Amino acid sequence: MRSPISKKKTASGEEKMAAPKDENGVDASGVVSPSASATINRGLNADQKIGFYRTMVRIRRFEERCLRSYQHGKIGGFLHLYIGQEAVAVGCCSVMQENDQVITAYRDHGHAIAVGMPLNPLLAELYGKATGCSKGKGGSMHYFDPSRRYWGGHGIVGGQVPLGAGLAFALKYKGLKGAALTFLGDGAVNQGAVHEAYNLAALWDLPVVFIIENNGYSMGTSQARSSAGDLARRAEGYGMAWGVCNGHDFYEVREATDKFLALAREKSKPSVLEIKTYRYRGHSVSDPDSTYRQKAEIEEYRRTKDPIQLFQSLLVAEGVLNDELIEKIDTGAHDEAENAAAFAEASPYPTVADITKDVYWEEDNPSQKKSRGRIFFD
Amino acid sequence: MPVITYREALNQALAEELERDPNVVLMGEEVGQFNGAYKVTEGLLARFGPKRVMDTPISEAGFIGLGIGASMLGVRPVMELMFWSFYSVAFDQILNNAANVRYMSGGLINVPIVIRGPANGGTNVGATHSHTPENICAAHPGVKVVCPATPYDAKGLLKSAIRDNDPVFFMENTILYNDRGEVPAEEYLIPLGSADVKRPGTDLTIVAHGRAVVHSLKAAELLQAEHDVSVEVVDLRSIRPLDEETILASVRKTHRVLLVEENKPFCGVGAQLSYIIQDKAFDDLDAPIKRISALDAPQIYSKPLEDEQLPNPQRIRNTALSLL
Repeated sequence: MRSPISKKKTASGEEKMAAPKDENGVDASGVVSPSASATINRGLNADQKIGFYRTMVRIRRFEERCLRSYQHGKIGGFLHLYIGQEAVAVGCCSVMQENDQVITAYRDHGHAIAVGMPLNPLLAELYGKATGCSKGKGGSMHYFDPSRRYWGGHGIVGGQVPLGAGLAFALKYKGLKGAALTFLGDGAVNQGAVHEAYNLAALWDLPVVFIIENNGYSMGTSQARSSAGDLARRAEGYGMAWGVCNGHDFYEVREATDKFLALAREKSKPSVLEIKTYRYRGHSVSDPDSTYRQKAEIEEYRRTKDPIQLFQSLLVAEGVLNDELIEKIDTGAHDEAENAAAFAEASPYPTVADITKDVYWEEDNPSQKKSRGRIFFD
Repeated sequence: MPVITYREALNQALAEELERDPNVVLMGEEVGQFNGAYKVTEGLLARFGPKRVMDTPISEAGFIGLGIGASMLGVRPVMELMFWSFYSVAFDQILNNAANVRYMSGGLINVPIVIRGPANGGTNVGATHSHTPENICAAHPGVKVVCPATPYDAKGLLKSAIRDNDPVFFMENTILYNDRGEVPAEEYLIPLGSADVKRPGTDLTIVAHGRAVVHSLKAAELLQAEHDVSVEVVDLRSIRPLDEETILASVRKTHRVLLVEENKPFCGVGAQLSYIIQDKAFDDLDAPIKRISALDAPQIYSKPLEDEQLPNPQRIRNTALSLL
């Protein structure tokens, strides 16, 4: 049996990442990941593992800080938190290579941090500040960083999936050896655009991995109440390879993602990878979360499958992490998130004149403007 | 100067841009092997090969979305909608993704895509295939909307559209595809957002776009011949960006304005033009602004009635006379 995860509450109410103990207070060194010995994982050194662990912790601390900012009325809009799913984004993005591209839906903070976006502009974006990663014009659901090959951050369920196929098309067209990691949720699989993208990807042998982050609920509707059949198996109808893996096991996520990315890069074949995961918070923060699932269900997952605690246990067992380092990483992540909030708070809002910037490339590059006439109207 | 059809002019523009820029790729239903549902892409597959000219399945949301994604990475897709009427099945891709990605990314990502195809009624095919969505599309900041009326304009504007770094929605007209006109053999570009005075006049300004320009020119001839009225016809060519100056200059010259479009009247392009003209040239007007649109119902199938539903030279002439 997995041990429960002990949590110390800090003054700010957040849960500390203490080393896991079971009911008897014994360290959970018995945790095993069959994928730990996979080739892709055997090659990792201690620094890399610590780096991935740190990124997962940073995502959680960032998300908790976002939630507090929301609760304090500092930010509004929608806020789809990634807490509980950290091993998915970090695991998938950890096996990316030079030309690989990422695109996802609106629960996009984890992927942004996983590809290396700094926290300050991410949190400032939620505050609607000019220093935000999209200058306050995108918000929580619309993070982008093309310099890190991160193409968003898209608000409409399933709407980003054809774009992901397009990124793969561009790679193939330009003769670049790479793949497009196209994330979607379990709720998106019933959207027509997703199936159209599946068909095109299979028809044209596009190097794309459609990664279904299945957290069990499309908003407040469980998978059983929304989707017929197995989600990833639908790939068979398009002649695509598919697989299912556990999203709480960082090593397993890496192994599965690497396998399908290799298929895309080496053979230019698309695939569907369903990663079973879980979100601890509501669909968005306004979600009462009590109409469609029991608190006990959340607690059970947190107790037995928390991805950060599991990876921490594995790394402790491997001798890579110790209590001191765990504490240091956690404190660092906490402080970084706090500093990001302070940065966001202190940053200026965009000006009214900024509203009509970044609409047209041509208007923002007047020296290269070829069009005439008027493009904005009051 | 060579005289060619509107269709051939478009074909030349596509071929020249495919030749010029290896990042240009054509995609759409039947654009390759079938040589184009309306033969606009005729011969291009044979000339440029299947990597540059790609047949897609009937899957507008999928392939248009794919084109948008590819454009973010620097491909310059020119997507054909067999009819612009099918834009509605790709609405989210066109007007949520293509229109908004640059803005939502704070200007970090460009979407240099062209979506082109016919957008017109008058072909006796009923309501589902007769949409003219230039007003709906132009209502979305982030996109450009172009509606050429002549072979010369079609070629010069399409070449500019393909070189544009913003998404351009290029709306043609199946009834114009066989229209002939002079098109220079040497290369030329027409900037988006530049209207064209297709016929100079002094008594009345007609502002139109697309096939409504052709009808307006015929009406202008009737008015000259039958009533000795001198009509100036301004062809918008581009809805967004919009050439306000050319419109206003004409209004200041003639002091009377008739707006003609194939669109339905409610929230049509004419509504925007009326606002601009009264806002900028109120004191120059000697009569209220009038407009002619399609009659306000879904497109009727019955051919003789559809001809009445759409603007036609007789309706334009009659309304013009009421302004004088």
